[in-house]
Amino acid sequence: MTAMSAQASGVPANSVTAAPPVDAARRSVKIDVRNVDFYYGQHRALKNISLPLHTNEVTAFIGPSGCGKSTLLRILNRMYDLYPGQRATGEVLLDGENTLRPGLDLNLLRSKVGMVFQKPTPFPMSIYENIAFGIRLYEKPSKSELDGRVEQALRGAALWEEVKDKLSQSGLGLSGGQQQRLCIARTVAIQPEVILFDEPCSALDPISTAKVEELIDELSEKYTIAIVTHNMQQAARVSQYTAFMYLGELIEYGPTNHLFTAPEKKQTQDYITGRFG
Amino acid sequence: MTDHTVRAYDRELDMLGRRIAEMGGIAEQMLSEAMDALSNLDAGLGRKVVATDARLDALQREIENDAILTIARRQPLAVDLRECIAAIRVSGDLERVGDLAKNIAKRAVKIAAEARLPRAIVGIKSMHEFAALQLKDVLDAYAQRDIERARAVWARDVELDALDDSVFRDLLTFMMEDPRNITFCTHLLFCSKNIERIGDHTTNIAETTIYLVTGEAPQMERPKGVTDKVGGP
Repeated sequence: MTAMSAQASGVPANSVTAAPPVDAARRSVKIDVRNVDFYYGQHRALKNISLPLHTNEVTAFIGPSGCGKSTLLRILNRMYDLYPGQRATGEVLLDGENTLRPGLDLNLLRSKVGMVFQKPTPFPMSIYENIAFGIRLYEKPSKSELDGRVEQALRGAALWEEVKDKLSQSGLGLSGGQQQRLCIARTVAIQPEVILFDEPCSALDPISTAKVEELIDELSEKYTIAIVTHNMQQAARVSQYTAFMYLGELIEYGPTNHLFTAPEKKQTQDYITGRFG
Repeated sequence: MTDHTVRAYDRELDMLGRRIAEMGGIAEQMLSEAMDALSNLDAGLGRKVVATDARLDALQREIENDAILTIARRQPLAVDLRECIAAIRVSGDLERVGDLAKNIAKRAVKIAAEARLPRAIVGIKSMHEFAALQLKDVLDAYAQRDIERARAVWARDVELDALDDSVFRDLLTFMMEDPRNITFCTHLLFCSKNIERIGDHTTNIAETTIYLVTGEAPQMERPKGVTDKVGGP
């Protein structure tokens, strides 16, 4: 996949424009979702969605169950391809390249766009192997190199100190919060560019939730992050941008600080203040 | 506005609004009675105003506690969050209005015995009439979420400053005419300053109302009085 970041921001490479602002890199677009529709068979689950995911920023997706936010997440790494009868139209530009085009190397895409699910899904193998397994799918590192990568991933997921003495024990023996961080470590281990979180804390206690939120904060320094959450306060805490979706449509998208204090749309206000329905 | 799914939440916010209205009523009455005490040199009424202030202070504490509890319990967002913050701010302003009215009442008690120069009070009465109208208007604007009315109150504060300025000059003249007026007029000087400050709190409430409705503080620069009195006219 070639990086074409100039196109991602919609600026032709040779155009004569003023120099971009200093913080342009921080606000540059990593993934540009353009006019995306999604169908489960005949059912149109997403209607003309367009929004950017900014580089090294956290974008939160909120909305009632069935609004399409998880569907949108599954489009970003083409998880839906695993199911027949599901299709997306429009464009999803990752560094300028349309990831919805046929013939795209899906393994490569998923190595760049990792995903963490609602329920922790450790493999029924050792903690070490949970991490090493993913790395070996894409690379052939030496034993010592692999050891280093496993440690690095576990440190990156703030789990190393808790598991360094029991790497050979089963991942299933960890607590729920630790299992979720193990899954995050597994995602980080293959050095993705984007991480998608689908309700990562909904099965966790408040302390484990705080650890995962702290982790998301740290990870956003290196990765572009999208998170689906039902917890409005969590969205307000962890994200810089928030998208509110309802019945397959994007109702409002904007800076989190603004959306949670003074939303533009009445539907957004009704939803975030608990006045819905 | 649509009701919350959790009805107890609506009741909590309603209660905040009702307590603010109650505080507003008490503050208005205190101001009006303090002015009556001053005009009629009625020490008894003055003492009554001083005693009323405790109720206003208690209400402010209740509003603050309730708003904090609602924040802790419901984690309000958007307009609900602004509602809680606005209640805390407005109750603080009204509590200050009460303090300033109390101070006028205390001075009324003090100067009741040495009454002189009734014409010196005329200017302060006009200030009071204007400030009382502004306070009533801003409380209505807050209760009805009426930002146009709040903006109008906000813009009119400059007139109160001008009145204060002219009262200041009048009182200085009286003091220069006859040094025996000095004590009496100095008390009146403080009273006019108190009313001018009540105007500032009224302006604060107008700004809070605009913030409550729009989510943004007014960007305009505050209207200023004609002259800066610091250091004399």
